[in-house]
Amino acid sequence: MSKKDIKVALIGNPNTGKTSLFNQLTGLTQKVGNYPGVTVDKKQGSCKLSATQNAVITDLPGTYSINPTSVDESIVLKTLLKKDIKESPDVILVVADVENLKRNLLLFSQIKDLEIPTVLAINMVDQMTRKGISIDLTALKEELNTEVVLISARKNQGIEAVKAAIIKCHVAAKATPMCDNKKIDPAYFEELKAINPNYTLYELWLMVTQKNFPEEISKQEKEKLLSFNKDVSKLKKYQHKETIYRYQEINKILKNTYLVDKSKAKDLRAKLDKVFTHRIFGYFIFLLVLLLIFQSIFDWSSLPMDLIDTTFAELSDFARSNLPTGVLSDLIVEGIIPGIGGVIIFIPQIAILFLFIAVLEETGYMSRVVFLMDKIMRRFGMNGKSIIPLISGTACAIPAIMATRTISSWKERLITILVVPFTTCSARLPVYAILISLIIPDTKIFGFYNLQAFTLLMLYALGFGTAILAAYILQKTLKIKSNSFFVVEMPNYKLPSVKNVLFDVLEKTKAFVLGAGKIILALSVVLWFLASNGPESYKNAEQNTIEKVANKNLGTDELQQKIAAVKLENSYIGIMGKSIEPAIRPLGYDWKIGIALITSFAAREVFVGTLATIYSVGSDDENTTTIKEKMRSEINPATGKKIFNFPAGMSLLVFYAFAMQCMATLAIVKRETKTWKWPLIQLFGMTGLAYVCSLIVFQILK
Amino acid sequence: MNTIASLHIGEMGYISEESLDSIPLKLLEMGCLPGAEVQLVQIAPLKDPLYICVNGSHLAIRKETASKIRILKSE
Repeated sequence: MSKKDIKVALIGNPNTGKTSLFNQLTGLTQKVGNYPGVTVDKKQGSCKLSATQNAVITDLPGTYSINPTSVDESIVLKTLLKKDIKESPDVILVVADVENLKRNLLLFSQIKDLEIPTVLAINMVDQMTRKGISIDLTALKEELNTEVVLISARKNQGIEAVKAAIIKCHVAAKATPMCDNKKIDPAYFEELKAINPNYTLYELWLMVTQKNFPEEISKQEKEKLLSFNKDVSKLKKYQHKETIYRYQEINKILKNTYLVDKSKAKDLRAKLDKVFTHRIFGYFIFLLVLLLIFQSIFDWSSLPMDLIDTTFAELSDFARSNLPTGVLSDLIVEGIIPGIGGVIIFIPQIAILFLFIAVLEETGYMSRVVFLMDKIMRRFGMNGKSIIPLISGTACAIPAIMATRTISSWKERLITILVVPFTTCSARLPVYAILISLIIPDTKIFGFYNLQAFTLLMLYALGFGTAILAAYILQKTLKIKSNSFFVVEMPNYKLPSVKNVLFDVLEKTKAFVLGAGKIILALSVVLWFLASNGPESYKNAEQNTIEKVANKNLGTDELQQKIAAVKLENSYIGIMGKSIEPAIRPLGYDWKIGIALITSFAAREVFVGTLATIYSVGSDDENTTTIKEKMRSEINPATGKKIFNFPAGMSLLVFYAFAMQCMATLAIVKRETKTWKWPLIQLFGMTGLAYVCSLIVFQILK
Repeated sequence: MNTIASLHIGEMGYISEESLDSIPLKLLEMGCLPGAEVQLVQIAPLKDPLYICVNGSHLAIRKETASKIRILKSE
């Protein structure tokens, strides 16, 4: 970003196509960063406005008003009140939906009063004829005293005009307020304005009503501003009056510039709503959608996953036969290649999940689910909006916990945050997938439904059911007072935009793979080191084994296998696994699984990578089979039975369903709740529950 | 006393001026203004929340909120 770049903040109501416009303007240049001091993700991208002028565009969270009712919306206020040259925007681009122009102009009127140059982009104008809407653009520009552009972001229409308007607006640097609060109570607002002439009256008013003070405000001024805050009922009354006054102004402007011929409005919405929110079909359709998602995850991803699995096994073989023998080669063949393979293999499943979630949100169907589920969720101390985090949680708990920011009641939000990690995240999927393929036969039930897919569905149900149950207990035990207020917009049904969906999937998958990938790769290398080094007994393993079996007349291959096994047992990692073996033996696990459990506390999916490393170290190197085949043939020397038999497999599935094994999630919960109390409760509560339940499962099935 | 919650599906009414103080600011900002025409579009299967259309905005609100907003039923 150079100094000459125009800083543009993109603002708008939810469901106005703000994301489409952002994608059109910035394309592949967009990056996700953090706002300084706050935790909400900041999406930025650069845009070439003209041959000589670039812009940096920041996409702010969607909001109906500057007055925030959730954490998400408060970002908009914080960004706009800042007077910092580096951070504060030069131009604000407000996106409005042509069909809801009146309501969208409320936010616009508030932005205008901050006296920052503003461009208004009216989106979805391709729908105007169909909806019977006509706009007098010249008159509207004049009335609003602003650059107004008609666009259709999805159809890539009017984007060049937006760019030109940004430049024009920036050069003119003209910013006039739209409303004047002095009309509500002249004396009151005169006194307020006198506090600091550097701020507009509306900015000062926001500081009073939202108790949000920029750093530049002095202590004295802050006290003066706070004194306005004493009479709460008067404040509330004036806020109400202000909103009504704003709508009066907007109505005056729209009266002659925006006409709707209602007879032309054909409503597909009503017909679809009748089906999707029907008292029986509504839930039935939702259930079908969920079934479709889970079936697809298994069906669509099995081919690419097998391909990735075998490709990396072959790559290891290739590397082994072509690299000179040595420590570095061992690191590459046994540590790095299986480690990277362990990351890549999740991509198909994660991407498919994010794809479905993106499509559901894009089409507007998700809001109907919120509507259907609110009453049920409320019974469990949550909110209809909690359904989105709970479904997103099936991809990853981290974006899911961030998605709770739209819930305005603190108690409902906290409960949602606490129970989200119970939902089956994609990091559990590779663990489930490998265990299910080992212990559940690949047959059909009811003639069509795959038994393995059905088991997976049951695990999802277990995770979701536990989340709901935990929420119910938390609702009864948590003594937190917070008012529960709920309003959800039911947007128009839309066909999902391919570009928006793909960008969303790309962004989330990238963040997941890069974030989790680093941990997995680093751990793979550490594991390899721990598995191929050890104390005295490790170094003597080869000599001792040869001496011990000298009289048994073993073949070379057999001898080599024996040595490798003894070596692994005496390595550092073998010692770690063995030291926890007494605690996990009642659950049906051996020390190798013990090692995988320890490393899983970095992230669950490391389980698979760990076993990959352990077994590739433990096996003969001549033909590297896939992890799955190695696990299948693993035999417990104590019992002579297979390690991954039905009882132990089920016990492991239950353990992974309940245990809190993700450092990244704990860190995000700490960030969102601002205390270690809640993440610690999750860590010990969930893992304790996992231990007890796995113990019961194994002891019953044994 | 008629409120949004007492409307039947498809029925319309006008939000009465006297209920201004009982409308949460957020709803007001979303177009739920005194004098505005409001239609009950749909009721969720478990009788709550309510799906309303007011001032061109399609919103879902809880029964608790809706029962505080007084209306005049249209003929």
